[in-house]
Amino acid sequence: MTSRRPLRPGRRLALMVVSLVVLATACEGTAQNTMAPHGHFSSITYSLIWKVFIVAVVVFVLVEGLLVYEIIRFRAKSADDRPVQIHGSTKLEITWAIIPALILLVVGAATVGQLFQLDREQPNPVRIDVVGHQWWWEYRYHDPQDNSKIDVVTANEMHIPVGRNIRLTLKSVDVIHNFWAPKLAGKIYAIPGRDNKLYVKADDPAVYYGECAEFCGLSHANMRLRVVAEPQADFDTWRQRQSVTVVPQLPDKTTQSAASAGAQAFLQKGCSGCHTVSGYSAGNVGPNLSGFNSRSCFAGCIFANNDQNLRLWLRDPPGEKPGSKMPNLKLTEQDITNLTAYLRTLGDASTRPSNIGPAGS
Amino acid sequence: MTATEVPATGIPTTRTAAGPAPVTDKGGHAAPPTSTGISNEKLAMWTFLGSECLLFGALIATYFLYRNRLGNGAVRPGLVYDIPFTSVSSFILLMSSLTMVLALAGFQRGDLRRGRIWLLCTALLGSGFIGGQVYEFTTFIHQGMTIKTNPASSAFFVLTGFHGTHVAIGVIMLLTLVFMSLKGRIPQERSEIIEIAGLYWHFVDVVWIVVFTVVYLLPGNR
Amino acid sequence: MATVLDKPPLPPTTDRPLDAALFQRPRSTHGWVSWLTTIDHKRIGTLYGVTALTFFIIGGIEALLIRLQLAQPNGKILDANAYNQVFTMHGTTMIFLVVMPLSAAFANYLIPIQIGAPDVAFPRLNAFSYWTFLAGGLFLYSSIFLGGMPNGGWFGYAPNTSITYSPGHNIDFWVMGLLITGVASTVGAANLVVTCLNMRAPGMNLMRMPVFTWMSLVAQLLTLFAMPVITVALFLLMFDRNFGSHFFDPSAGGDPVLWQNLFWLFGHPEVYILILPAFGIVSEILPVFSRKPIFGYPVMVFSGIAIGFMGWGVWIHHMFSVGLGPVAVSAFSISTMLIAVPTGVKIFNWVATMWKGSLRFTSAMLFAIGLVSQFTVGGLSGVTHGVASHDRQQTDTYYVVAHFHYVLFGGSIFALFGGIYYWYPKVFGQLLDDRLGKLHFWLFFVGFNLTFFPFHILGIVGMPRRIYTYPTGTGWDTYNLLSTIGSFIIALGVLVFMYNIRRTDSRFKKYKLTVDADPWDGRTLEWSVPSPTPAYNFAEVPTVKYQDDWWHRKYTVDDAGRLLPRPEIDEVRARANDGLKPGQHPHFPSPSFYPIVAAFCFPIAGYGLVYGRASGYNYVITGIGMSLLLVTLVAWGMEPSVAPPEDDAPAVHEEQPVLVGAGAGSAPGLGAAPDGGQPALTSGGGAPPPGDSGGGGGGSS
Ligand code: HEA
Ligand code: HEA
Ligand code: HEC
Ligand code: CUA
Ligand SMILES: [Cu+2]
Repeated sequence: MTSRRPLRPGRRLALMVVSLVVLATACEGTAQNTMAPHGHFSSITYSLIWKVFIVAVVVFVLVEGLLVYEIIRFRAKSADDRPVQIHGSTKLEITWAIIPALILLVVGAATVGQLFQLDREQPNPVRIDVVGHQWWWEYRYHDPQDNSKIDVVTANEMHIPVGRNIRLTLKSVDVIHNFWAPKLAGKIYAIPGRDNKLYVKADDPAVYYGECAEFCGLSHANMRLRVVAEPQADFDTWRQRQSVTVVPQLPDKTTQSAASAGAQAFLQKGCSGCHTVSGYSAGNVGPNLSGFNSRSCFAGCIFANNDQNLRLWLRDPPGEKPGSKMPNLKLTEQDITNLTAYLRTLGDASTRPSNIGPAGS
Repeated sequence: MTATEVPATGIPTTRTAAGPAPVTDKGGHAAPPTSTGISNEKLAMWTFLGSECLLFGALIATYFLYRNRLGNGAVRPGLVYDIPFTSVSSFILLMSSLTMVLALAGFQRGDLRRGRIWLLCTALLGSGFIGGQVYEFTTFIHQGMTIKTNPASSAFFVLTGFHGTHVAIGVIMLLTLVFMSLKGRIPQERSEIIEIAGLYWHFVDVVWIVVFTVVYLLPGNR
Repeated sequence: MATVLDKPPLPPTTDRPLDAALFQRPRSTHGWVSWLTTIDHKRIGTLYGVTALTFFIIGGIEALLIRLQLAQPNGKILDANAYNQVFTMHGTTMIFLVVMPLSAAFANYLIPIQIGAPDVAFPRLNAFSYWTFLAGGLFLYSSIFLGGMPNGGWFGYAPNTSITYSPGHNIDFWVMGLLITGVASTVGAANLVVTCLNMRAPGMNLMRMPVFTWMSLVAQLLTLFAMPVITVALFLLMFDRNFGSHFFDPSAGGDPVLWQNLFWLFGHPEVYILILPAFGIVSEILPVFSRKPIFGYPVMVFSGIAIGFMGWGVWIHHMFSVGLGPVAVSAFSISTMLIAVPTGVKIFNWVATMWKGSLRFTSAMLFAIGLVSQFTVGGLSGVTHGVASHDRQQTDTYYVVAHFHYVLFGGSIFALFGGIYYWYPKVFGQLLDDRLGKLHFWLFFVGFNLTFFPFHILGIVGMPRRIYTYPTGTGWDTYNLLSTIGSFIIALGVLVFMYNIRRTDSRFKKYKLTVDADPWDGRTLEWSVPSPTPAYNFAEVPTVKYQDDWWHRKYTVDDAGRLLPRPEIDEVRARANDGLKPGQHPHFPSPSFYPIVAAFCFPIAGYGLVYGRASGYNYVITGIGMSLLLVTLVAWGMEPSVAPPEDDAPAVHEEQPVLVGAGAGSAPGLGAAPDGGQPALTSGGGAPPPGDSGGGGGGSS
């Protein structure tokens, strides 16, 4: 748990309590640790919950302590013990009704404060629509100049500038999904027919892991996501390379490279019916592939984006990812080689986040 | 209280079961009062109706939420309603509550024949209401509003359909009572069973008043 | 409709209206037919219990499959499809087919005896509830052979469960199965509510009712009002799936959030339906084994009622991440936290009950203390959920899974097993072995905490619920493995329990052992009747003077407020074992075929609806099922609730399901074991059983 801020004394205590709870999960492999917030909005709720945990631990110790004491102290000494028959004590009962009530009212008031704080609109946000699909995420970036226009569409891996307010609008085209990047913010449902909002703001440049948290059918477990927070300049570069107005370099159809054969196959095998490649095809069933090669993972982020995985995927998507809405198109190995080559020409691999590690490691 | 006073049924019947003794009780004692003084059957009906309140509450709330959700469906429930027609059938249902009261009075007086006739009248009026509903549903369907049209129509059909089913069950119950009475199974002392059936009937009636108001009369149906 | 069903007995003139009868009145008092037709609340309670424990094994095996699959990353035991079915059925089974019916088992068996009644208000309806529940459970599980079990999760969120996204019949089985078990719960609830209110013995006023009866009453009232809400939700979903309505279809303007509101408006009261009877059981066990009265009886009762009421005002806490706006969420966040107040009062009152008591650590007591200590953990995590702003981190993670297993397993299941150890002698006339019972407890205690404590951590480090697999490198492996090991320790505990039952049975049979009426030195009326409870419950209707009446017949207090046995205590205890005396004609239940026949009409109708989508003709099956039901109900209404004397079975010897060997033996256990521990009925040596004469007395049994 390497929070980059210096620890305030309160936090130090919290850390002790929490590490009691979170035992040994400190460093390695805690990419989704909710107790190690790296974002403005996740830090807000964290600042309350560790205090509530302390209250809980105190109550826990009190109750269990009393029980243990009684078990040791009041064990029957003989079969005909004659304990005093106490029927109750109104005074005591009122006491242990009032004290928890007061504690909870304080906790409740703090919670209410946070709820309104989290609900507030933030200044000057980057606007992104997050659309849940069975079982992948689509991100549509609003054009900063003209808010009503979408200028970048990508999938599964979201890029955001560090330190900026990002306003996500959650939508769904099918069932209810739940967008969750634990270190950045709490989760919120993507419900068909409703728009939800969620603000995130990353503290540090890093890759933030997350996944769909609401059961959404067969491959719910395979609906992961990543948020790449990078300095504004890097973000701008990424955005430019993605922008749908910049036609990605199409392979030259006249030369018989694998990539150009792949581009042909992309039309012939039906890929184009489902996938958009800007300037080339306009399907809207599957992820937009215009910037495919700039993503470090694909298909709900369950695969690292390398040729081997891509070949596996193209060979049999539902076999790799149960229920996937991309059918097995019975591609030949040759097709696959060509398509892989073609897909590698889409997007700029240099904007991949491989140079930044996962947050918290 | 001695053991012999416990009705062998363990089901104390009515407070006033002064009639012939339960078959298994040689002594011919009256059934003892229940703890609350209300007979088990009647209390059960009240609890059941309490439960029904939430059933209709949930359905009415659903309708209320959906009445203006027209989706892509063209037909608006608010436009196809034939309020005069439904008012008449509502009136028929209301009248059946009156005949139900008369039936109960008959049985309580010991005038079983008249009681049966009023029961039959009640059942008939109930059937009339159902007939009206069937007619209404068919017309709506012909006018293009089906359960599939939009959420508002779905909610309309399910709410009124549930109510209609309750009326239908009530009619079957009334006819069964008439049949039992003909077999001599409902003497004057057993008139409570009519009262209990009446509770159900009046309840269904009251629910209709609410449904009618919410569905047909409340402004805001667009 | 109950009115038509449980008609009063007939006047002599219309004595035998068999013109409407479909079946001859069943006569057997033993053998399997007698179990199918019994309307004795004790046998029905036993049936509920045995069935629920069977489902517990099934649900537990599903849990073990889940655990095996998740023990390691990229598990290969189950594929996604199988996993989704297994976890859905695990949750559905545990909630609807285990904890609810197991609580119903105790309520059925105990409420009449605790309030001094001969039976429940409507014995045949009671049998009908049980058989309907069984029919619903079997119907749900029949889906295994018919295309796959339900796979939408126990809360079946629309639109995932709609026809577009779940085109198979899996969800249809879920919808119809829950509708059927819902009928069972509602009817059962109405019956028990009337029983509590109306069937109390003289002097048993409401504020003398045992806490278990009270908590069951509250739970049954909640059932009565919560069931219709889920019924509506399920019907709407059924209409969507079968008849093309648009309740949860967003593309046509429907709102999936409506499902969530309806489901949780049912679902939250439901969780209190699951815990309140358990609270009641603990409130019975702790005082007995502390030799002290329950601390603050009125407060215990009213806090239970308060929990019942407040339970209706918190359902949005399951929907904190729906995006309902800060105002609604704030209100429900606060109401959620405040439920901790009455619950906390209960916890502290239990602690105070044990304070300065004379604690005997029997198996039952250990399980009861288990609830107090473990429910607290679950309750506290519940309060952290109530912090709505942060619940958006917790929801849909294993942290929630930890919460509800702590309250459901650490709470309900622990208490229910405690109740089994506690009342087993009353039900079966055998005392379960206490050493094995303690072994069972410790295996449960260790296994439970090892299984479910790591879930807190898993949730905190980001493991979502309902994932059939997870990749390597998440940091979740160790905790998952620990949890899987723990679950097998729990399974070992279950095996020890089953072994205990078998061993106890053979030991009692071999040595012809019997159990005293009051083996634990109990407080409530059920301990004033022989063990096992005779068919008629009470030879004489008791007159109640105190809360904990039985205790007051045995004990009083001295000037210092200390416990003081009454001089006549031994005699009082001995008399509890007496059977019928000549001239006593208590109630015997009259069996009937109608309840079971009526109950099994529901699955017929259900299959019609499940397959109706495939072909409209299948709705004919539904029609047949409902018509059969109607005919059965009418005929049932015509059957007198008590068999006429001519039908009397000759003897009542074999009434009890589990026979205790004849002859008086000394009762093992802690209570006094006066002579004549053998109830008259089973020894055959006591008073002549009534009804022998054929003429009068009890009905057939
Ligand atoms: C037996 C069943 C049972 C019981 C009794 C409870 C009790 C409580 N539950 Fe739980 N709950 C479930 C079963 C139960 N729950 C289930 C099954 C789910 C998941 C459903 C699903 O999603 O599948 C769930 C989910 C659930 C959620 C939703 C989580 C989410 O999905 O995001 C929440 C949120 O607030 C919640 C809260 C509570 C609270 C506040 C209580 C309170 O009643 C607890 C009160 C008790 C105590 C607090 C302990 C004792 C008190 C003291 C010792 C006093 C002092 C205390 C303080 C000062 C704090 N529960
Ligand atoms: C009373 C309720 C109850 C109980 C007792 C349990 C008991 C257990 N639960 Fe349960 N669980 C739920 C209610 C309950 N659960 C609910 C409501 C859900 C949510 C479902 C959903 O998300 O929709 C859930 C979900 C759930 C999950 C999450 C699944 C997921 O989200 O993907 C897990 C994961 O480990 C789990 C594990 C267990 C385990 C290991 C037990 C163990 O304690 C089980 C112990 C029992 C046994 C081990 C049985 C013993 C069997 C034998 C000894 C075999 C004998 C053999 C023969 C006789 C042949 N449960
Ligand atoms: C019927 C529609 C359909 C067709 C045809 C189709 N796809 Fe897909 N594709 C999808 C869907 C849906 C997904 C998302 C699957 C998932 O993640 O579960 C997808 C995902 C992908 C991905 C991963 C994208 C990412 O970033 O996650 C690639 C690459 C891809 N498809 C390539 C192809 C190629 C190449 C073809 C043609 C041979 C093709 N698809 C044909 C629907 C289709
Ligand atoms: Cu999408 Cu889970
Ligand atoms: Cu809840």
